Amino acid sequence: MVRRTVVTLLAAAALYEAAARSGIFPAVLVPTLPKVARTLVNLVQDGTMLWHVSYTLARVMCGFALAIVVGLPLGILMGRIRALENFVMPLASALMPIPSLAWVPVFILWFGLGDIVTALIVFYAAMFPMLLNAWTGVRAVNPIWLRAAGAMGAGEGALFRKVIIPGTLPFIITGLRQAFQRSWIAVIGAEMLAASDWGLGWVIFDAKEFLNADVMMASLIVIGGIGYAFERLVFGSLERITVLRWGMVQAAKS
Amino acid sequence: MSDIEIRDVSLVYDTPSGPVKAIDNATIRIAASEFLCIVGPSGCGKSTLLNLVAGFLSPTSGEIKIGSSPLSGHGMDRGVVFQDFAQLFPWRTALGNVAFGLEMKGLSKERREEIALSHLALVKLGEFAHSYPHHLSGGMQQRVAIARALAYNPSVLLMDEPFAALDALTRDAMQRLLADVWRATRKTVVYVTHNVAEAVYLADRVVVMTPHPGRVKIELPITLPRPRDPLSVEFLQCQKDLLRHLGSEMDASDAPKICDDGATQR
Repeated sequence: MVRRTVVTLLAAAALYEAAARSGIFPAVLVPTLPKVARTLVNLVQDGTMLWHVSYTLARVMCGFALAIVVGLPLGILMGRIRALENFVMPLASALMPIPSLAWVPVFILWFGLGDIVTALIVFYAAMFPMLLNAWTGVRAVNPIWLRAAGAMGAGEGALFRKVIIPGTLPFIITGLRQAFQRSWIAVIGAEMLAASDWGLGWVIFDAKEFLNADVMMASLIVIGGIGYAFERLVFGSLERITVLRWGMVQAAKS
Repeated sequence: MSDIEIRDVSLVYDTPSGPVKAIDNATIRIAASEFLCIVGPSGCGKSTLLNLVAGFLSPTSGEIKIGSSPLSGHGMDRGVVFQDFAQLFPWRTALGNVAFGLEMKGLSKERREEIALSHLALVKLGEFAHSYPHHLSGGMQQRVAIARALAYNPSVLLMDEPFAALDALTRDAMQRLLADVWRATRKTVVYVTHNVAEAVYLADRVVVMTPHPGRVKIELPITLPRPRDPLSVEFLQCQKDLLRHLGSEMDASDAPKICDDGATQR
């Protein structure tokens, strides 16, 4: 697993490096990897990168958590309660196609520049994948589980806690992954437009003013690294100790 | 253990093309601790009748009583085993599955595990208590399902073709196991099957149903001594009798065959 990851990354890096050194592109616009690495080390050493990452991560976590707190229960209840589904779905269908970044100017007018806007944009972006996956998951729960549990005396509360939620988990985990991904797309964009001084999106956007392509690349690498770490440590692990272990999803063959 | 009374029960489905009578005036009395098999071709309403007794459906008219109380919805006086292996909760171990009903009853963890383990032992799966269902074979999964339906001590066990999806060898072993379990627990059992040999092997009495609309055609007591020998002359004679009653029905319906066994195939 780790070896395959290394091979993939090395191949991609080699391709980039070949392009950077080919002389086709101006060196200042396509910096070589050693230069990007030096910049990254400098940014880490002087502490600025840590602050940018902290700000961005905090915004992501606030919005992402809020999306889970709202989207997960709402989606699950929508799958069980027809009236709620009828009420929420038209609204969700209309709001979903609106790109979260399109709200940034509106939110800036309402809340001013800063953390609230970015966190709310993340929430908006992450909310719908969470909601839709939970909703679909509940409707995909095998009806025979509900019958069996009902026959064994499970009331509505026990059905929810002990059958519907574990039965929906493959979808919930997919929802978490998608919501997290959307969160990052949203936070970087929102920071470019609505943040000042701190945040990975802001760094990338600000670097453009000084033609600092190496800073941009270093920041992109950090974002990719964080995404990779979350997949390996959080979502992948969550999947391994639950739905994979239970055989509700299978690992890819060969 | 409770007796079951199904009196003048009818069930009418509303479909886009008008009402369809799935069950027409069925009356069956099942004695306490009796093993009753319901046999019939596809579409004869045998599973529907079982679902009515289980409380998953409500009759359009008529009455079902378990013990002395009229039926209302599903309840813990009945345990249900389905055909589908997927009936087990994949996120629970065999033990966790069997303990589910006891959990609903509010028993303590120690007590739950103790009872669940004893029921897993009853179906000879004691050593697989901590396995997840997807690591168990189909036959083992159905044994867990039987243990699960028995663990919270219902007086009635309802089984809807529980062994139909198993291979013939496993099915024979499961039938022997079920006969043993029934002898040990003395539950009242209602068992739906389309397999004639299975019905003759297990039942005290067989109810034959006919389709369109689902009706009780005849009741046949099976008086062979237990344990039964499926190769004995008497056993085969019983099978023949039962097939004759089913056979005249098969001509009327378009169901191609009534069971999977070569020996009883028409």
